[in-house]
Amino acid sequence: MNSASPPLTSLSRVAGRAAAAAPPDTPVKIEADRLNFYYGPKRALDGISIRIRTNLVTAFIGPSGCGKSTFLRTLNRMNDIIPATRVEGTVLLDGKDVYDPHVDVVALRRRVGMVFQKSNPFPKSIFENVAYGLRINGMARTRAELNDRVEESLRQAAIFEEVKDRLNDSALALSGGQQQRLCIARALAIRPEVLLMDEPASALDPIATQRIEELIYDLKKTYTIVIVTHNMQQAARVSDHTAFFWLGRLVEYDRTDRIFTAPAEKLTEDYVTGRCG
Amino acid sequence: MERVVRHFQEELEALKERLLGMGGLAEERVRVAVNGVTDRDGEALHAVMTGDEPINDFHIEIDDRCFKLLALHQPMAADLRTIVAAVKINTDLERVGDLAVNVAEAGKRYLQHPPVKPLIDIPRMGNIAQEMLRDALDAFVRRDVGLAEAVLAKDDDLDGLKTQIFRELLTFMLQDTATIEPALDLILISRHLERIGDHATNVAEDVIFMVSARDVRHQPFDAPSHNRPA
Repeated sequence: MNSASPPLTSLSRVAGRAAAAAPPDTPVKIEADRLNFYYGPKRALDGISIRIRTNLVTAFIGPSGCGKSTFLRTLNRMNDIIPATRVEGTVLLDGKDVYDPHVDVVALRRRVGMVFQKSNPFPKSIFENVAYGLRINGMARTRAELNDRVEESLRQAAIFEEVKDRLNDSALALSGGQQQRLCIARALAIRPEVLLMDEPASALDPIATQRIEELIYDLKKTYTIVIVTHNMQQAARVSDHTAFFWLGRLVEYDRTDRIFTAPAEKLTEDYVTGRCG
Repeated sequence: MERVVRHFQEELEALKERLLGMGGLAEERVRVAVNGVTDRDGEALHAVMTGDEPINDFHIEIDDRCFKLLALHQPMAADLRTIVAAVKINTDLERVGDLAVNVAEAGKRYLQHPPVKPLIDIPRMGNIAQEMLRDALDAFVRRDVGLAEAVLAKDDDLDGLKTQIFRELLTFMLQDTATIEPALDLILISRHLERIGDHATNVAEDVIFMVSARDVRHQPFDAPSHNRPA
């Protein structure tokens, strides 16, 4: 069950620092304990233990291949669709193990939504992109309710004003930034509790990036957000807590202001100052 | 990325060198001002009073370098702390330059009167202030927290001497009203030197923050730092 070698930062230390970083009344939403992940024989995650707090933004940073996206995908079992992968350890969502054999993965992904690096709207209308998840999940009983939920989601994703007069146009005609916000609206429509974002602004220009960042700031009032980003300034701007990954291990997890002003680990210091990675 | 980091490192080294140059100049001006008072050398004092421009130029140039480094490189962690420390140290050194001018001005007035007494504690204060400044700057260059902490400990010596000078000169002023004017100038000089020590202390505190991320300001010297959990 446990990893062969201990993580660089021990569980108790990580947990202690994270606890100190969060307001005392902020409950834990997701807790990973000694999580290992394998692509075939290759271990991609090594003993990850972390507690992610409710209604905060947690950023995962680290160089390419460090495991941050892999770890993100373990949180709603998106890695299950990759053949020959294996998980050890536990991931608890509100105290319940998401890898329990009795867990309904579709229901899990309803609770833990995801936004990807590249916006991936369906080749359908703007309206249908958001309505799709509501329909297949039977989450709107009447047309009026469906309309309301679509509008609410588009408003939450700060795109309604831009598209309200062309909801029947193809989503593929939107700009990159708008497509990404549409995908966020699509994820929000089914009212998840957690939103996982895998480099959501990496393909966007600075203005579109700023809109996504403002959106993240607004959304955290309602959702627990976990974001993977290569952009350290972005992590510094949008997140409350930051976790630094290196070679599949969690090196340091602390309040974001500490990670970027006075990290405890030399490796974190070297990475955030651009001396390694 | 590596080339960008190297370029940034070169810029950071250049910033440190300029700060060191400015610090050396500020220290030299304090030395000349204090010697001018003790040696009753009006020319030297005049030179200090009219020679503040190079320090002011350093002040502007170093601020400019810091702004550019912050804007262009968006530094993090130790690099960020170094540049923030540099901005603050720059201001402290500029103030030391101004205080050297204040010492020279008070000295110039003092020279218009016969000596109140042989000057013993003023040069001692001058030496301690210069030493604190020199050590604080050495600590900055060598990233030496121990040396910076030693600077903090010396500040009490300077404060003690200032109080001693005040008490001693008070007795002169009570005994002979003709000494009031020159004695007040000596009291002012001691106050300026004590302020120079305070600025050296600020530099030392910035060095400790820069190196170890510990904020030791506004705490008793031996108190534990409060901004990092154990």
